[in-house]
Amino acid sequence: MITGYFNYWVVIILMMMGFYIVISDSNLIKKIIGLNIFQTSVFILFISMSKVKGGTAPILIAGADVYSNPLPHVLILTAIVVGVSTSALGLAIIAKIHRAYGTVDETIIHEQDDLQDEN
Amino acid sequence: MDIETIVNISLLTMLALTVVVLIRMKSLLAIALSSGVYSFLSAGLFVAMDAVDVAFTEAAVGAGITTILLLVTIAITGREQTVSKHKRFLPIAVITITGAALIYGTLDMPPYGDAKAPIHTHVAPHYLTQSSEEIGIPNVVTSVLASYRGYDTLGEVVVIFTAAVGVLLLLGNAAKRSGRKQ
Repeated sequence: MITGYFNYWVVIILMMMGFYIVISDSNLIKKIIGLNIFQTSVFILFISMSKVKGGTAPILIAGADVYSNPLPHVLILTAIVVGVSTSALGLAIIAKIHRAYGTVDETIIHEQDDLQDEN
Repeated sequence: MDIETIVNISLLTMLALTVVVLIRMKSLLAIALSSGVYSFLSAGLFVAMDAVDVAFTEAAVGAGITTILLLVTIAITGREQTVSKHKRFLPIAVITITGAALIYGTLDMPPYGDAKAPIHTHVAPHYLTQSSEEIGIPNVVTSVLASYRGYDTLGEVVVIFTAAVGVLLLLGNAAKRSGRKQ
């Protein structure tokens, strides 16, 4: 029971810690890092599902007859690259925000916006 | 307990500890580097779970390029993190409820490493038994990526292109403007 589900439970703990950073931290760069942690935990979930006990990496060689499932590997390869693209875009937006507001802290940005509304 | 289980459990524990430390850190530079450590540990875990292609992509792209992008952004925006007082109660309540629901959901899943799980009985056996005849490449992951699911890879290229255009539009234009000012 414990070893059968340990991977999934740790994945959920990692996922929730990433989610916590995203919703509780006001620094935008740290939010992107939280998002990355969340993303990588989903990758670990998918790869955990593809593992077959006693299997080997899905590269066909003589003498091996049990292989892990190659399909989740392909999906996650695509997801890693897409994840980097979204992080790059997010960080570019943060750089732009820093240019406009002089800060990457959400709370200060909201304060500045409120001040501008009052004027 | 065999060696594979021990490696698996220790890597997962190290991953969780890295994130706990990362949450408590205040220096953005240290946070960015710990996120690199996290990516690299997860690459090690992928090797332990037979996903070698995923592991080297994660090590190169996740631990390498993402960390460089983070460091560049921190160089632009400054490494100090302003400590703001936030309500801690609501986020913790949200993640506890969501986490409990997700853990309840995992109880329906097949246990780790089960060869009879539904995921292993549909298209995967076809890929493993037929791909050497149909495609002729020993690495099944490459066969699926480039041939059976080539359209997915095409979509991935479109995503990278869109992201590159977005980044250039956001940063390139502004750099030109600030260059004119000088």
